Amino acid sequence: MSDNQSKYIGISSRDAYGATLIELAKEDQRIVGLTADLANSVRMDVFQKEFPDRMFNMGIAEQNMMGAAAGLALVGKIPFVSTFAAFASMRSHEQARTDIAYNSLPVKICASHGGFGLAVGGATHHALEDLSIFRDMPNMQVFVPADSVEASAIVKAIVKTPGPAYLRLSRPTEPTVYTQDEPYVIGKARVVREGKDITLMACGGSVGYSVQAAEILAEKGVSVRVVNFSTIKPIDRAEIVASAQKTPAIMTVEEHSIIGGLGSSVAEVLAEEGVATKFHRHGLQDIFTTSGPYNDLLGYYKLDGKGIAETVASFLKK
Amino acid sequence: MAENSNSELKRIARQIREDVIRTARDCSEGVHVGGSLSIVEVLAVLYFKVMNVDPKNPEMPNRDRFVLSKGHANAGLSAAMARRGFFPIEEMEQFDMLNAPLSMHIDRHRMRGVEISSGSLGHGLPVAVGMALGGKLDKAPWKVYCVIGDGEIMEGSMWEAMMSAAHYKLSNLVAVLDRNSFSLDGPTESIMSLEPLAEKIKAFGWNVIDVDGHDVEALVKAFDSINYGGEKPTMIIAKTVKAKGIPHLENTTKAHFAHLKPEEAEKAFAAIDAK
Repeated sequence: MSDNQSKYIGISSRDAYGATLIELAKEDQRIVGLTADLANSVRMDVFQKEFPDRMFNMGIAEQNMMGAAAGLALVGKIPFVSTFAAFASMRSHEQARTDIAYNSLPVKICASHGGFGLAVGGATHHALEDLSIFRDMPNMQVFVPADSVEASAIVKAIVKTPGPAYLRLSRPTEPTVYTQDEPYVIGKARVVREGKDITLMACGGSVGYSVQAAEILAEKGVSVRVVNFSTIKPIDRAEIVASAQKTPAIMTVEEHSIIGGLGSSVAEVLAEEGVATKFHRHGLQDIFTTSGPYNDLLGYYKLDGKGIAETVASFLKK
Repeated sequence: MAENSNSELKRIARQIREDVIRTARDCSEGVHVGGSLSIVEVLAVLYFKVMNVDPKNPEMPNRDRFVLSKGHANAGLSAAMARRGFFPIEEMEQFDMLNAPLSMHIDRHRMRGVEISSGSLGHGLPVAVGMALGGKLDKAPWKVYCVIGDGEIMEGSMWEAMMSAAHYKLSNLVAVLDRNSFSLDGPTESIMSLEPLAEKIKAFGWNVIDVDGHDVEALVKAFDSINYGGEKPTMIIAKTVKAKGIPHLENTTKAHFAHLKPEEAEKAFAAIDAK
């Protein structure tokens, strides 16, 4: 155990969020929490016990919740708003955009159950477009931690920013990518594994699964570079260009539609920077999802290590 | 806090009304006259009697907060705030010009002294609830006043806000419903019937006060009667006339938005003079 070992290894990013929020709230009285009848699921139940006066359960009424968060920010609070990613992004989209982002308010929207995390919940509860929605808001920064350790670091970073942030959290525990506590640098992608045949650019749990894919492919003689893009916005343009120069192919991997999320962000940069490279967006191919256990869905949509490896293999053959 | 007598408030209301009519005549594309003119007395009473605000210090920590949830009535709010001293009345001459401080809807970045940008209906009351929650948490002395529309109250988010205000016992929150009985397409009761409105709002846990929205004395009394130390938020239902002050538009479907011809404005000024 080294000096800097995180105490949040091996839990889900939503767990790390809940615990980190309490750490921060002890130091800063301005922090308040809001949820829409999902306190336990978004890991704000302990916050509620420890700071009952500072926790506002707004019931199953997300638009009012998001508007109230804006109001609380206007009177000097730092609101952390949590519900499921599908509802934060869609049901209260306009409030996030028009009340919070448009007014540049320091509201931190930390939404759990991103992607198809509530796997058996099906399409109604899957957030496959949340990164696209929040990316499209001026003034909004967008984050997806690779794992619990990075989630804690991101929460500690966004509490200090003057404006709004969207943080997508996971219900299932992501494969561990980081073990050390280190300050998070907003806007900086991080190389997780070096390689020379292809770069996998991933966010969230897909980072860990991409590392697993890299290990599978290594046995087949394919050298895979994995880069973690936990800041979706502002995207690390320099790293995208650098990856295109280091490897002849790039594939993005996300538990999100290939329209509008990480893949689209990377495509935009590649096109504008005039960097020619073999490029493929891997994720949900403009479809609604079905339901089933999480690991089954990962396999079904080829977002587990095996599926990513197979997708790389057929992509590189083209 | 401004100390103004009822006759002074009436004079101020008349001035605000004339400012709105003038802007509706002079601006490039027209103004939401109906909903601006129906709240003139309410704005006069709030800005010149009830609310603790300092135009020289719009961020005074213990100021009362005001949210115009029906943000399209910005012509009315702009005139009231200008007359109160937040910015020169001359700014109304640039209403709707490129990047001008004052425009159809409220932009907090451009307009001095406003708490939140508004314009999309249904947003302001939830924001006001959030402010009131913060104020209650901090045991703050200030209150939150929010003017809402009766077309706007068709938005579900307004009822979410009302539910939560009662649940959290936000007695520091006062909403004023501009009951001018028209939305854009026609009378509210033809578009989406709201009645019995007072009973619904009471059932949602609010103190409800019915008042003539153009009677300055009655409005002052209504605000004076509020128990800020109680357990309920207060809704003042102000019965008003859409486009009050422009006789040919009053209570008509055309009242919502108008670009007045000079002779129409003249007729309106004359009608105000005649009173």
